[in-house]
Amino acid sequence: MITINDTDLKKAELLAKLSIEPEKRERTMAEMEKLFGYVEKLKKVDTTGVEPLAHTSEITKENRFRRDEVTNPDGAEGTLFNAPAKKDGQFVVPKTV
Amino acid sequence: MESKNVEKTAPVKGRPKTAECRRYDTVIGLEVHIELSTKTKIFCGCSTKFGALPNTQTCPVCTGMPGSLPVLNKKVVEYAIALGLATNCRINQRTLFDRKNYFYPDNPQDYQISQLYEPICLDGYLEIAQDEGEKRGSSTASENKTGGGTSTVCKKATKTIRIHEMHMEEDAGKLTHDESEGISLVDYNRSGVPLIEIVSEPDMETAEEVIAYLEKLRMICLYLGISDCKLQEGSMRVDVNLSVKEAGSDILGTRTEMKNLNSFKAITRAIAAERERQIALLESGEKVEQETRRWDDTAGASYSMRSKEDSKDYRYFPEPDVMPVVISDAWIEEIKQRQPEFKEEKAARFEREYGIPAYDADILTQSRHLASLFEETATLSGQPKKTANWFMGELFRIIKETGKEPEEFTFSPKHAADLIVAVEEGKINQAGAKEVFAKVVLEDIEPLSYMEQHGLMSLSDEGALQAAIEEVIAENGAIVEEYRSGKDKVFGFLVGQVMKKTKGKADPGKVNELLKRNL
Amino acid sequence: MELLQMSVRTLSEKIRTKALGVEETVSVLQKRIEETDPELCAFLTIEKEQVAHRVEEVQKGIKSGIYAGPLAGVPVAVKDNICTKGLRTTCASKMLENFVPAYDATVITRLQNAGMIVLGKTNMDEFAMGSTTETSAFRVTKNPWNTHHVPGGSSGGSCVAVAAGMAPLALGSDTGGSVRQPAAFCGVVGLKPTYGRVSRYGLVAYASSMDQIGPIGQTVADCKALYEVIAGFDEKDATSVDKEINPAAIKDRENRNDMSYMTGEYPNKMCIQRLKGMRIGVPKEYFGEGVSPEVRASVKAAATLLEANGAVVEELSLPMTDYAVAAYYIIACGEASSNLARFDGVKYGYCTAEEGSLHELYKKSRTEGFGEEVKRRILSGSFLLSEGYYDAYYLKALKVRRLIKEEYESVFRRYDCLLTPTAPGTAPKLSESLQNPLRMYQADVNTVAVNLAGLPAISVPCGFDKNGLPIGVQFIGNAFCEETLFTVAEAYEVLRGEFPKVWKQQKNGQKKEERLGVPEKNSAGKEGNGKAGGCDGI
Repeated sequence: MITINDTDLKKAELLAKLSIEPEKRERTMAEMEKLFGYVEKLKKVDTTGVEPLAHTSEITKENRFRRDEVTNPDGAEGTLFNAPAKKDGQFVVPKTV
Repeated sequence: MESKNVEKTAPVKGRPKTAECRRYDTVIGLEVHIELSTKTKIFCGCSTKFGALPNTQTCPVCTGMPGSLPVLNKKVVEYAIALGLATNCRINQRTLFDRKNYFYPDNPQDYQISQLYEPICLDGYLEIAQDEGEKRGSSTASENKTGGGTSTVCKKATKTIRIHEMHMEEDAGKLTHDESEGISLVDYNRSGVPLIEIVSEPDMETAEEVIAYLEKLRMICLYLGISDCKLQEGSMRVDVNLSVKEAGSDILGTRTEMKNLNSFKAITRAIAAERERQIALLESGEKVEQETRRWDDTAGASYSMRSKEDSKDYRYFPEPDVMPVVISDAWIEEIKQRQPEFKEEKAARFEREYGIPAYDADILTQSRHLASLFEETATLSGQPKKTANWFMGELFRIIKETGKEPEEFTFSPKHAADLIVAVEEGKINQAGAKEVFAKVVLEDIEPLSYMEQHGLMSLSDEGALQAAIEEVIAENGAIVEEYRSGKDKVFGFLVGQVMKKTKGKADPGKVNELLKRNL
Repeated sequence: MELLQMSVRTLSEKIRTKALGVEETVSVLQKRIEETDPELCAFLTIEKEQVAHRVEEVQKGIKSGIYAGPLAGVPVAVKDNICTKGLRTTCASKMLENFVPAYDATVITRLQNAGMIVLGKTNMDEFAMGSTTETSAFRVTKNPWNTHHVPGGSSGGSCVAVAAGMAPLALGSDTGGSVRQPAAFCGVVGLKPTYGRVSRYGLVAYASSMDQIGPIGQTVADCKALYEVIAGFDEKDATSVDKEINPAAIKDRENRNDMSYMTGEYPNKMCIQRLKGMRIGVPKEYFGEGVSPEVRASVKAAATLLEANGAVVEELSLPMTDYAVAAYYIIACGEASSNLARFDGVKYGYCTAEEGSLHELYKKSRTEGFGEEVKRRILSGSFLLSEGYYDAYYLKALKVRRLIKEEYESVFRRYDCLLTPTAPGTAPKLSESLQNPLRMYQADVNTVAVNLAGLPAISVPCGFDKNGLPIGVQFIGNAFCEETLFTVAEAYEVLRGEFPKVWKQQKNGQKKEERLGVPEKNSAGKEGNGKAGGCDGI
């Protein structure tokens, strides 16, 4: 049975760029543990030789392609419309280097 | 591309003694990204043109707007197949995209659509030329029975560098830094530009081999016309994975990944420095950390890119928004049929068909475009060797002087051939021909009418020449006598006089011939 | 309030023949919303000015003949995770509280091309993660049948809007039952189309490989009319499928010299004719121990009714059903953790007010912007995809998913459709479900397998529990066989008779008696004596 301790939660928080408040950590870990415990039932299924299924749309002989033709106009306005911070037509973030 | 908070590590003190250096072999594998020269991005219809104002070449898809969906550009798949075939890869006929998850502002979705589990090309190789003297028969040959190793087929020794796989993925946006305000700015014009990443096996041992491999790969891409492969401009990016191991040992050492290598020179320097750094660590009893390092070419040193706020765990999983790509035999065959003749075959054929020296053939095929200009010109002029000389001499001089790309020369071979024939027929002298040749290659003028308009035509008309010769003989009686009495040396003077009279337009060969006859 | 009682068929017919004005229609509905929504809380955003502008456009379009389709002039409510250009799209999250998309989802373009009017954006579980519409960051939507109960979710707002007569039609999205389950809880019809049938372009992704936009209406015919507007291939969605909507049905309609199905107040009896000999499978796993006796009885009665009218009804077994919820949550959480990474405070959406490094900007914006359920699913998904867990969980779930799909395929060789309860129970009381998330997930047992396999399914009201809360019967079809579902569902609807409308009762002040009358009649069917006469039952 899988157990979720604070180290596991911290790892998930790091990966997901989230943090769980101290008073909610216990509950979060408990809920995650319950979910992970529950999904472990899949181990009972024999999947030897079974290919994973990531797409349910039919895979047809006709691939889903786009032609290499410019179709989009200048998109700067729409791109920056909702930006929390912008400068000189660009998004602003805290210095990265 | 993600980058990490740079954290400087102390340079290792104490250089290894030279004697000890010999105890280590270097093992190098490369990850090469090439940016494809498609008109549009990999998953949307935005232009890939350089130099546009920030964020003007963006749309909901390449900026990761909620609800937007990627649709794959067919050209990207075609380019990848073509490159795979050119590098002896097996084409994966059911290839899938995966998501690589990491947070960074140049990556608008905070995941990159790439390929991990079913990349498009697998198990290829490139053969690189190797100097006889440099050939190391030992370790690599025995280790890599499946691929790597040296062989001495042909005249030159070659070495096989295996390609593990190559895959398609999207490029990231561009970050610029505003030091004064402590901010970075994000431009997504490059976000979604298609890339192919070529991952080699660790089959290289020296910087020379690395450069040879890269040159070969670059040449293939240029011939395919799928990328301009410029290291300085980032359309070819090379990450060097390097480890050292004790000579003869089968156990590979811990490798590091070196990034930010913007020239062949930087690659060579970085390889030497990293080899030394790792050996020094081992010699002093320390361990080599498996990490990504950033090369600083100015400092001539590298820095660790470790960061405690980022995880290397990319959580790859099948990209649900992009359907698997099914590549039929027919499609592969169609692309095979369209493959160009690559550099080496072309050079060999030039040598054979046009009887030009191997050296010339090698130079003339450095660019597929120039090679085809050469070939057409040579065929039209019927003077392959002369054509080669004009290209190797004048054309390359002009390319160098103007700083233009070979592809920018779009003159008609017919014009070049006409000029070369005119020279051979003595219709123009060498000096005039050089002037006209420059006009042909830069402005694509019609050489014969230009020669006429600018009075550059040689006087090959015997009547006009005869008159000039007769005048010279009459004016230089004494010298003519000297010649006739056996003083051959003065002949040159007389020729010069004729040339002077014809203002240099006379065909010297013709002058020689006529003068002799008259004397 | 005559207008509110019309079916979409009647409404659109009146608008087309100009017996009813578009403006009038919209203002009646807006008045209804003003009266009803303060209590029910189905809507998040209504921009009256934008709507007025659109009404004008539509009136002109109908006049000039640009909008000649069957739904021209018909208003529709849209779930707030479908992007509407220039109209706030929040996903019921603080993260997108002020997000105004610069583009329309493909379904919105299709609604517009059909001459429809978007009335407003409806409440939902935050980022569609939830089964009650309670995880919304803004308001809790109430079940119109009993305001102490949830409407179900995540498309709770859309289903309530239709159920309460605030919109004749609505769009929802269904990743694990988010259209069908609230439709069942609210007593309306909801369809989850085949994966790839409706473009997802512009639908803010929760679990991309399972998300599908679906129509919600009072009747099967209403639902179908909206389905025909939104369904079809879209070059902007590579997972959408280029397959004719239904050649047979279109031909059939031509034969019937169509519009007949649009004009009659009730579906014609054709569908009952076509029911004859149709093979309906009843998978026993969908009637497992979690299913309440009332739901079981009501749904079994529906089966009996169909059988009595010519369908061949057989019990069958789908053993993989037991693993569906587990596989579903692994895949959904995994995909969600990646899909929701983009909400990082840089390009759009909530951005923390606190200064700090890039890492802090990310962490704070996301921590402050997302609600608890969303955070938990992102964390779970990130963890399950991480090194050392991917193979054992995610990859395993993808393999189980194939087995589930194959199991369905095998039964669809023998059956035209399957009949199941949509949900194991009726709408729970407010705030009851969130106390035990795992139990809430497990209650999706009857809906999630369909999403894993990409199949179409429709929920149709079939009765009430003892508290007067609606029960839904679910018909599951083979991929791209929506038309079969419509046929069966419509036949069932005709046999069942008109289903009570909650707002009609409120108006008439007689809701109690009517509601309570229902389960008794259904329980008569439970004995297996169901007969054709049952159609007057409700």
